[in-house]
Amino acid sequence: MNKSRMSRRDFLKSAGALAAVSCLPVSMVELAFADSRKNFSFAHISDSHIQHISGTKFVRNWDRGLIRAVAETNLLVPKPDFVVFGGDLAQLGKKEELDHGAEMLSKLDYNKVYCVMGEHDYYLDLGDYWSKLYGPHYYSWDHKGVHFVTLNSVITYDKWTYERWPTAMQRMVEMAGLDNPNGSPFMVGEKQRDWLRKDLEKVKKDTPIVVFSHSPIQKIYKGWNFWTEDADEVQALLKPFNDVNVIYGHVHQVQYNQIGNISFQSVMATAWPWPYPETYAQAESHLPKLTVPMNRADPFFERDATGWQVINVETGRAAIKYNLYNNTNRTVAFNPKTGHPEDIAFQNPARRIPPQTHY
Amino acid sequence: MSTLLSRLLLIVAFLCVTDTYASPALGSSVPLGLPPAAEPEDNPQTPEKVALGKKLFDDKRFSLTGEVSCATCHVEEKAFTDSPLSVSEGINKLTGTRNAPTVINAVYFKTMFWDGRSPSLEDQALHPPTNPVEMGLKDHQPILDIVRSDPEYVKSFKEVFGKSGEAVTMDEVTKAIAAFERTIVAANSPFDRFFYGGENDALTPDQKRGFNLFVNKGRCVSCHVIEQTQALFTDNRFHNIGVGINDIQADVPGLAHEFLKAEATASQVDVQVLTNKKTSELGRFAVTRGFDDLGSFKTPTLRNVAVTAPYMHDGSLKTLDDVMQHYNNGGVTHEGDPVNDFLSGGIRPLGLTDKEIDDLVAFMEALTSPEFAHLAKNKAARK
Repeated sequence: MNKSRMSRRDFLKSAGALAAVSCLPVSMVELAFADSRKNFSFAHISDSHIQHISGTKFVRNWDRGLIRAVAETNLLVPKPDFVVFGGDLAQLGKKEELDHGAEMLSKLDYNKVYCVMGEHDYYLDLGDYWSKLYGPHYYSWDHKGVHFVTLNSVITYDKWTYERWPTAMQRMVEMAGLDNPNGSPFMVGEKQRDWLRKDLEKVKKDTPIVVFSHSPIQKIYKGWNFWTEDADEVQALLKPFNDVNVIYGHVHQVQYNQIGNISFQSVMATAWPWPYPETYAQAESHLPKLTVPMNRADPFFERDATGWQVINVETGRAAIKYNLYNNTNRTVAFNPKTGHPEDIAFQNPARRIPPQTHY
Repeated sequence: MSTLLSRLLLIVAFLCVTDTYASPALGSSVPLGLPPAAEPEDNPQTPEKVALGKKLFDDKRFSLTGEVSCATCHVEEKAFTDSPLSVSEGINKLTGTRNAPTVINAVYFKTMFWDGRSPSLEDQALHPPTNPVEMGLKDHQPILDIVRSDPEYVKSFKEVFGKSGEAVTMDEVTKAIAAFERTIVAANSPFDRFFYGGENDALTPDQKRGFNLFVNKGRCVSCHVIEQTQALFTDNRFHNIGVGINDIQADVPGLAHEFLKAEATASQVDVQVLTNKKTSELGRFAVTRGFDDLGSFKTPTLRNVAVTAPYMHDGSLKTLDDVMQHYNNGGVTHEGDPVNDFLSGGIRPLGLTDKEIDDLVAFMEALTSPEFAHLAKNKAARK
């Protein structure tokens, strides 16, 4: 029975409401201020894992994810001020992968793209070739009253990096496995923390701070390196500021958290979701092997459970609009009443969509 | 519909003699392979209403030139399409941008038109009369003038709706047309007899191999859905499969910005997508303005697909072989052409051999209902 047959007006109204959510600032970060002139947003794309097969062949699925995110970012109205790429442009740090990824990112119709180092970019040549493309591994800049900092949070103990592995490629491959017990915890390291301390000395305490990192700068799960070993020390440097936002990649899923004055929010990957389902095994999938399945993605649609985001920092706190394929777009924004970031639609348990319980 | 009622309908279905077209909504029959059809509470089926709807469906006076009716593009003897036209011809041979979808089993669609811009059969019937490249009327008044004065219509509307004069509106007109369309259902194909009827020899060996490819290596079933008790061969969703949009890739930013800047009304969208080829290729994006819908179109049913060539929303692929080559190439018609940036994540190269493609086409030819089987003999859909 068709009890709920909508009138055309209702139908269009609901279509319009969807549109407002889905096509405006997608995966854009918007930073909002009392003074609306300072209002701006930026787009954030992350974790594309461009993977070289041989010659000019690359894994198609990961290519398509980045190509689509770039093309959609170019369509945004109003146009964000800049784009951030959140790390793991490459899968195994190879020159071919970084070049191919850079070529795709070059299609972004923006004056400025800020890049973050991911472990998949780093552990083959310790970021040497990446630097030729994107410059220093860590840096800061100011934009419309916000102080932005990019950290390389994926370095680890020197002993692991310099002494343990017979070849650079083996070192790369060991760090590339998400749940590989041979890996080593990520960290920002003393040298960068010293730099950060000095960098922040000249910044007023009421200036909103946005920190980009690849790993979380908080301790979530060490076994998968959803982790930064010296997170506490980095957080201590950020503590004196009123409004601090840490935006990280690496986890390929939506996460958010509040520690003291610091809001933590993750961004989506364009490549694959973590964790992800045991794959639709009708063709070679090239998905990394993993032990924990998830029931969130529809494995037929290779973009499902991936996405990108638009971020607004209007209040000095990041509001992230996630553009999610084959899915309902989401917004996670700082709630001043509760003092932490919240999903604006699904925080209420009654509004949540129950997970699928079978395949 | 209550479970009891649907069971009753099924029982009735077995007892009744089938009409020309089975009418699950009227309870005369649910053909093998289809579920009972939805029937809106505000538009119950009656035989008189269906007959009125058919008369309206066939009436050419509802066009500017008096030469075009619904049935002009949805010809019963062409399986309710205008095959072999790529895109439909309206008044004065004006052409639109889209291939006429069959009316057969349209009752099972959750949205109407290739981009789903209409929510129901009733609403859908409102639009072609006033589209400039279809029936070309300025507004619906000429239709109302006819149905309020033509003695046969006056009698029928009185009988069916208990209304006459000014009380007869497009609401009644479109309800009657929709009621007629709800009777146009067809299944009971060789595939249905094989899969739901237990007739093992209803499919040939190559069709059986094609069925296996359809649900496995070919990945077809993920969108063209087959279930345990019924098969609509559609997921009622929208996908960018690389047809149409591939030709306008450089224009997408400009066209998309036009839609993002200004909100278009329903009728503006209706006119824009049928009169501007490039705008048409934005697909469902023109309706929702969501990036996920760029270049995406509704999954059509595959029932009777062998007799409804050409294929795709723009009729750009002439044969089922062409269709399979397009999918096998991962969403491009000619191997090596650039893939569009917004391609659905479900579309990827399939690695099917020529033999496997033949088997898949053979399987699709097993989806033809007995009512339309004679069309396949005259007009092989294959190369």
